[in-house]
Amino acid sequence: MIETQNVAAEVLPESCAALVRDRQARLVVMTGTDERERGRGYGLYYVFALPSGDFVSIEAQVDPVRPEFPAVTRVVPAAHWYEREVKDLLGVEPSGHPDPRRLVLHDDWPHGLHPLRKDFDGRRSVGRDPHPHEPLTGVRGDGVMEVPVGPIHAGIIEPGHFRFGGVGELVFQLEARLFYTHRGIEKAAEGASVERVLFLAERICGACSLSNAVAYSQAIEDLAERRPGLRARIIRSVLLELERLYNHVGDVANLCAGTALQLGVYQGGVLKERLQELNAAIAGHRYLFGVACPGGVRRDLDTTAQERIGRECVAIESEFRGYVDALLETESFMDRLVGTGVLDHDLADELGAVGVAARASGVARDVRASHPYAALRPGMVRPVVRTEGDVRARMLVRVDEVFASFGLVRELLGELAEVGPAELVVPIGPLPADRWALGIVESPRGENVHWLMTGARGEITRYRVRSASYNWALVPFAVAGNLLPDFPLINKSFELCYACLDR
Amino acid sequence: MPAPLIDRAQPVFDAVRCDLNGACAQVCPVGAISVDTRFALDRARCISCSRCIEVCPTGALAQGLTFAAPKRTRNELLEPPTVIAARGEELAGLAHRVLGRSLNVRHLDAGSCNGCDWEINATTNAVHDIQRFGIDFVASPRHADVLLVTGTVTRNLEIAARRTYDAMSAPRLVVAVGACAASGSPYPSGYASGEGAASILPVDVFIPGCPPRPEAIIEGLLLAVGRIVRRADVR
Repeated sequence: MIETQNVAAEVLPESCAALVRDRQARLVVMTGTDERERGRGYGLYYVFALPSGDFVSIEAQVDPVRPEFPAVTRVVPAAHWYEREVKDLLGVEPSGHPDPRRLVLHDDWPHGLHPLRKDFDGRRSVGRDPHPHEPLTGVRGDGVMEVPVGPIHAGIIEPGHFRFGGVGELVFQLEARLFYTHRGIEKAAEGASVERVLFLAERICGACSLSNAVAYSQAIEDLAERRPGLRARIIRSVLLELERLYNHVGDVANLCAGTALQLGVYQGGVLKERLQELNAAIAGHRYLFGVACPGGVRRDLDTTAQERIGRECVAIESEFRGYVDALLETESFMDRLVGTGVLDHDLADELGAVGVAARASGVARDVRASHPYAALRPGMVRPVVRTEGDVRARMLVRVDEVFASFGLVRELLGELAEVGPAELVVPIGPLPADRWALGIVESPRGENVHWLMTGARGEITRYRVRSASYNWALVPFAVAGNLLPDFPLINKSFELCYACLDR
Repeated sequence: MPAPLIDRAQPVFDAVRCDLNGACAQVCPVGAISVDTRFALDRARCISCSRCIEVCPTGALAQGLTFAAPKRTRNELLEPPTVIAARGEELAGLAHRVLGRSLNVRHLDAGSCNGCDWEINATTNAVHDIQRFGIDFVASPRHADVLLVTGTVTRNLEIAARRTYDAMSAPRLVVAVGACAASGSPYPSGYASGEGAASILPVDVFIPGCPPRPEAIIEGLLLAVGRIVRRADVR
């Protein structure tokens, strides 16, 4: 259920704050749209989730002649990055925003150009401003030094620029410049066919591909008022857990890389490889591309595939248990994790943390529990929660979730065996005009929200993807007060995708 | 009706069966196929979605590849094969003479979805173990013989990508990994996304795939140093 409140832009902060205060609402996505072609202005949509599971959307129109509105961030801090995106991409100013610097667009992007305005042609290339502005804030003072890192890193990882400020090895401040892999996917989706956008959704992020494909498909299905059959929904749920498994197992191995524990890197890497080869064997792709589609799934799991998943999962689960036991007994490894990179509970809550990072700081957010989707029913998934908020807690949340996922796969395979052969795809008709819908999936990294709006002819006119990697906004808070050499470890414990964030 | 059981690999093409009906070209989401008086598939653009195989009524397009082979030029990635260009052969010979069996590789993400990057990571796991070929990943471009590029070369990475290449010393090779780096596909080029590594760097080997499997990446690197050519010569 989505309850809509249309308000004047001037009262957005009060309306949003009241919702958070009086109804314990939590901001799950915010976006802006250019609706001038439809005789309106710029639309702003703040979508909140209530404890009941229902949603409330607070919506306002902004006058295109004076495109500004009072920033909601001042009263709902979780809005901070969303409103900076609206400023960059749509050119609508959140006045009074505490940090109005650029976020998506980099310093050499010319002033006055906003890619998500309808009169901006996304296929054009844009020259560089010869006088870049808005540098990073930086830290200055006696004995203070700044360490710039990236965007190209020393390992095989994605690009981002980090500026550490501190004394000696102690970091006071981390500023992150991200969005290097911004590919303009949201703009490319505008006016594109439902199938074409599916290929883009699958390729927002390789490691979260299926989560994004399913979230997108759910948004389309909601608009078209179609629901995939039970068999297709079970297959989605099985494969989404397999996606979580190869990521979580690999992420534990990456923590070993962050502490130079080579045996752990290799043992965990082999388990991840086996899970990905299982994906290839049963779904034709190591990253599960090409499996989900609006209306259902493109691939059946026959009895041979079901048996193979069941067999492999038993074997890998048992090996993973031995692997984790050995890690937990390795004091030199665990010692690096305890008390490192603590993310404060209240900060995580207020700034809208999701996924593993939220749950390791005592914030029990898991879409599978709060908004069950595909074949999940209420009560099937209970959020794994810890309270320490450090690297160890994030590791242990993943470990417990790995075992829970193996159990869930078994349960779902049992249900799949009871369901006879069925149509795997329900046809999606034309989409209704001028409506929006949500698709939400708990990816390995957390809550991925796809917000999709249609235009006057039912075409896709705005596609907003808020992935769990919005958690990036929280990483600097967990790094301050730690040692610089612990940054790679803290970073790996969040294990966020740059591609998911940058789009 | 069950959905078609098709592996997400690039199609094999049988010219004898093709009647030029063009169904494949219509369904291809990335414009990798054209059909007029002849059929042409650009494997650099192909994202292995297998839609073409599903709609082909004559069976001219079928599954059967584990992965599409890396090539030295974009032209060699055209199906059916046209003239096999020799560009790069000389360089590969030189690279082999100079570098022998020790190859240092610098990875550069120039704006990918991270799928290719995770597959490059997988080449270093104990199963694929790329080090058995004398190939190592290094932290600095100054230590590298090969730049292994993923991604379309986005606006926000173009300058960093150029600087990374400039920091390498000669002889240096560039290997483009995956559809994005090989062609920019599937993202439309424009204000944010680019047209692949070859738009700014001299690419020596193109590795098709979305993403290419770890074996394909290893094969592409070996092709770059000329070891595959040499082995074929010996046979």
